[in-house]
Formats: sequence, C-alpha cells, structure tokens
Amino acid sequence: MSEVLDKVVEIVCNQLTVNKEDVTPDSSFVEDLGADSLDTVELVMAFEEEFGLEIPDDEAENITTIKSAVDWIEKNS
Amino acid sequence: MENKKAIVTGGNRGIGKGIVLSLLEQGYFVLATSRDSTKFDVSHPNLKLANLDVCDHASVADFQKIVNDYDPDILINNAGVTKDNLFLRMTEDDWDEVIDTNLNSVFRMTKLVVKGMLKKKWGRIINISSISGSMGNPGQTNYSASKAGVDAFSRSLAKELGSRNITVNSIAPGFIQTDMTDGLIHEEITKKIPLQRVGNVEDIASLVNFLVSEESNYITGQTLVVDGGLFMK
Repeated sequence: MSEVLDKVVEIVCNQLTVNKEDVTPDSSFVEDLGADSLDTVELVMAFEEEFGLEIPDDEAENITTIKSAVDWIEKNS
Repeated sequence: MENKKAIVTGGNRGIGKGIVLSLLEQGYFVLATSRDSTKFDVSHPNLKLANLDVCDHASVADFQKIVNDYDPDILINNAGVTKDNLFLRMTEDDWDEVIDTNLNSVFRMTKLVVKGMLKKKWGRIINISSISGSMGNPGQTNYSASKAGVDAFSRSLAKELGSRNITVNSIAPGFIQTDMTDGLIHEEITKKIPLQRVGNVEDIASLVNFLVSEESNYITGQTLVVDGGLFMK
C-alpha cells in the first residue's frame, strides 16, 4: 500500500464512518460507501488539507473513488 | 458559554451596529466589517474591525485569509442599501447596485465561511432581509427583489447544510428607526402597525441573540419577521 493510499483510506473511513475492511481502491464514495453530495465536497476539502494541495472544482468532480483520489494526489504532489 | 466568534457585515451603523453591540454584550467575539471602519465609534476588547466593501470582488476574495484566521462560527449578512425610485424612473444602475450589495454580497460572503463551518459541524448564518421582500413596497422593486432573493437563498442553503448542523435563517425587519428609514417613518405608518410604534435596532438584535444561540437549534430555513405586526401572512 502506498502512503497516499493509506492516508486517503483513513480520511475516507473517518469522514464516512466506514470500516477499513469495507474499502477497496475501486470503492465509489457515493455508490459503495454511502456518501452524499456534501460528503464528497468535504472529502475533497480533507484531501486538500492533508496533502497541502488545491484541487480545482472541475477536477474535484472526477474524484469519485479511492483510486481516482490517489491518482490525482500522486500526480499533483 | 464558550466564546463563539461572529462576523457582522455593515456593522458600523443602524441594525448592524445594534447587532454588534448586543453580541459583544452577550460575550461573543465580533469581527465587524464596513466600508470605512474609521467611522466606527465603538471599542471593545472582543471587537475587531475590518474595512470591506462587500461589492468589491477582489477585496472580498482577499478577505478569505482574515476569515480563515478568525475562524468564525457565525456570519451575519447585514450590509445593505436602498436606492428607491418608482419603477418607471429606476435606472438599471440603481437596480444593479441594490442587487449586488444586498443579494450578490450574501453569496460572496457566505462562500468565505461555509468550509470552516463544515469542519466544525456547527454554524449559524443569519441574513438580514426585509418585510419588503415578502409584502412588496412601492419604489422598492430593486430592494424587495434583492430581499426576496436573500430569503430564498436562506431556504436552499439551509437544506444543503442542515445535515452538518449549520442553520441558515433570514430576519425580516419592518420599519426600524435607523438612518436608512429616516424620512420614511411618519405617523401614517405607525398607525398601520398593530404594536403602534416603529421598531428599534434592539428589537432585531434580540432575535439575532436567540438565533445564534443553542436555543434555536431546531430552526432553519426560515424568514422571521420582526415588524410589530405590520405584515401578517
């Protein structure tokens, strides 16, 4: 597991109150982990804070799974 | 009480000033903004002042840093203007200025505080509207449209943020004795008010005190009218 993946999973589990075991790289925040639309905005805020990044709104819309979050963060940090 | 922090726009006079004084008295920290804060004649250890023109996009964007440092729990969108004229004589500039100051600024200012409130999972946003927005008023097509817009904004945002324990409400004052209503208030109007007097800023400030407190936990998306009974739905 990459460090980024570890942190992303941790943030998602905290934010959405889900168990680590229920999360896979392909997990969709909304469809698999029960996030509502505001949760997805808050997740992006949490990623920004944790990794010291600014994720533009139009790109944030495409961050819908664990994997897409990790990919974006790795590409942009 | 833990000392919560409030931002009040247009806090230097009228209803805004009344709200600032009353929040300070209740023990809140207050950051009061106005176009020219040197005109602010109040000083208090819990009061900070800032120059801000809510219509100036660049200044509002710059203000984000101050907001982040201040980390407010409460936003009172109070800044507002009138530019009354009969519709046939109203210019598009009069229209734009009032919509921008009273409505667009609410969008701009609220943008600055919501992220912080989401993190705290607590927040209070109070928009000062007007009964003009619900009942209409001749000469105020611009003003009443802006205030009806503010009320509708409060309802939609209340629905978006309710799950995060952030409440959004409007307060709609009737005739309150301030510079803005100077010249508008006369005996004829007073006669139409069931409580037989115009309001004072304290009448509004006391509702603000309630809405920012934990006592109002279950109230959101409302327009609360404070007008001595002038307008009844």
